[in-house]
Amino acid sequence: MDSAVPNPAVQNPAVVVSGVRKVFNRGAANQVDALIDIDLTVQRGEFVSLIGPSGCGKSTLLRLIADLIEPTDGTLVVNGKPAHQARLDQDYGMAFQQSGLFDWRTVERNIELPLELKGWDKGRRRARSAEMLALVKLSEFATHMPWQLSGGMQQRVAIARALAAHPELLLMDEPFGALDEMTREHMQAELLRICSETGTTVVFVTHSIPEAVYLADRVVVMSPRPGRITAMVDVGLGRDRSELTREATEFFDRVTEVREALRGTHVGDSLTGVDDR
Amino acid sequence: MSARVRKLIMFPVAFGFVAAAWEGYKAVGPANGGRLLGMRLLPRTSNRTMPHVWEMVSRLGRPEVRGSQQTILSVVTAATWYSFRVAFTAFVIGAALGVAVAVLMARFRLVERGLMPYLIMSQTVPIIVLGPLIIGLMAYGSRDLVSKTWIAATLLGVFLAFFPVAVATLRGLQSTPPASMELMDSLASPWWRTLLKLRFPAAVPFIAPSLRIAGASAVVGVVVAEISLGIRAGVGRLILSYGQEATSDPPKLYTAVFGAAALGLVMALVVAVIDRQMMRRHPPEGI
Repeated sequence: MDSAVPNPAVQNPAVVVSGVRKVFNRGAANQVDALIDIDLTVQRGEFVSLIGPSGCGKSTLLRLIADLIEPTDGTLVVNGKPAHQARLDQDYGMAFQQSGLFDWRTVERNIELPLELKGWDKGRRRARSAEMLALVKLSEFATHMPWQLSGGMQQRVAIARALAAHPELLLMDEPFGALDEMTREHMQAELLRICSETGTTVVFVTHSIPEAVYLADRVVVMSPRPGRITAMVDVGLGRDRSELTREATEFFDRVTEVREALRGTHVGDSLTGVDDR
Repeated sequence: MSARVRKLIMFPVAFGFVAAAWEGYKAVGPANGGRLLGMRLLPRTSNRTMPHVWEMVSRLGRPEVRGSQQTILSVVTAATWYSFRVAFTAFVIGAALGVAVAVLMARFRLVERGLMPYLIMSQTVPIIVLGPLIIGLMAYGSRDLVSKTWIAATLLGVFLAFFPVAVATLRGLQSTPPASMELMDSLASPWWRTLLKLRFPAAVPFIAPSLRIAGASAVVGVVVAEISLGIRAGVGRLILSYGQEATSDPPKLYTAVFGAAALGLVMALVVAVIDRQMMRRHPPEGI
């Protein structure tokens, strides 16, 4: 496996965001301060959830890390190199709320897309897609078309595609947002299993408090207008999480802690003019 | 009964209905035409204007002109086949050109802004004047070219066929889902690989139906060119010359009309096969 190869950058954190600011429509009447004063370090192997109300810039922060947009100020280092270089090197995999599978490709050929762009030959690609399909437990659907699969299965294919090149970092933007509650909990457990099997670092955007707590080692709480980080909650539930975790007292304590951190941002919101920082 | 069998049966049945309607009107309609709402609208039903269906069909089996060895069926078939080859060539070149122009317009916004008004304007030119114009332009090229009138007919077909394909392809290329574009960006895919792997396949549901229009347009362009340029070998010319014999041999004209109809049908069939091949991997409608 690629990840077994010694990496000289292995001591670096997976993501270092320092002093990042993002302004949309700068100088125009509709200028928006999407993010200010963002400092965030994600260690290798860590699972970090970004949570906050709509408009707090959590997706924007994820897109900055992915180098899909550029910061107005500040620097982003991914895998020990500038975010732009990390994108060119396909150092991360990405999954979105919509699975974004290509209708005209079979499930296995969807998973092979990142490998095609890396210039892998067909035999190597097919072997890897088979491995990824086994990981997301969809081996018997390799030659199905995406539209023949349920929403949850499509999302699993999207995760397999994001992990196909064995990236050390996985960026996820509300990947389970469109799924029903049961499928969603099942997918969360699957994601944790996959991450512990592959040792992947994850930055996970969500607006569900239980989801953020259940998945993450650390929850980053954000607030809107302008988007900034207001709290960090260490979950400390250990890595061995099961359905029982969802009913544990510590789990509820953390959920409450995140909820209160979020509420603080809302109070600040309603009392305009009061500096709650 | 499967949908395919039903289609196969419906085809001759539809022909039967048209023939029955023709004969039915011929039986009850006024022999010298009639007035409807004060206008001369109803066609005459005399044998000279509306020959019996069986007369048209049996005319196919008789010689084209008295004393000739060739049946009119073989003459019409040969002419239709000639026109089909010209029209199909025009369709293929036109579709390829349409896609190429659309890709250019999608790549360079300036090309789209500059070219689009001319493309739309070009389609308002009456096609009947374009044939002689093209021949005139070709005459500047060389004397040999002028005799190759089929080139002019092809160009006219191309001119009509490329427009719907260009417009539909451009729309298709511009409606790639933004999330998919973002995915390709996250994979550091260069523009042309995104075009081949994502935008073009995603545009196929737009392109495929435009090919049907392009096929029909190519046929119209070629037949009109044949009529206006007097190209001897094609079915367009047959309609013109048989029309001049309509008073002495009324069913003859209709044999050429059959040929033209068959030309359109075969083109539609060929394009439908191409369409289905292109859409093979896309989800069926309603999903």
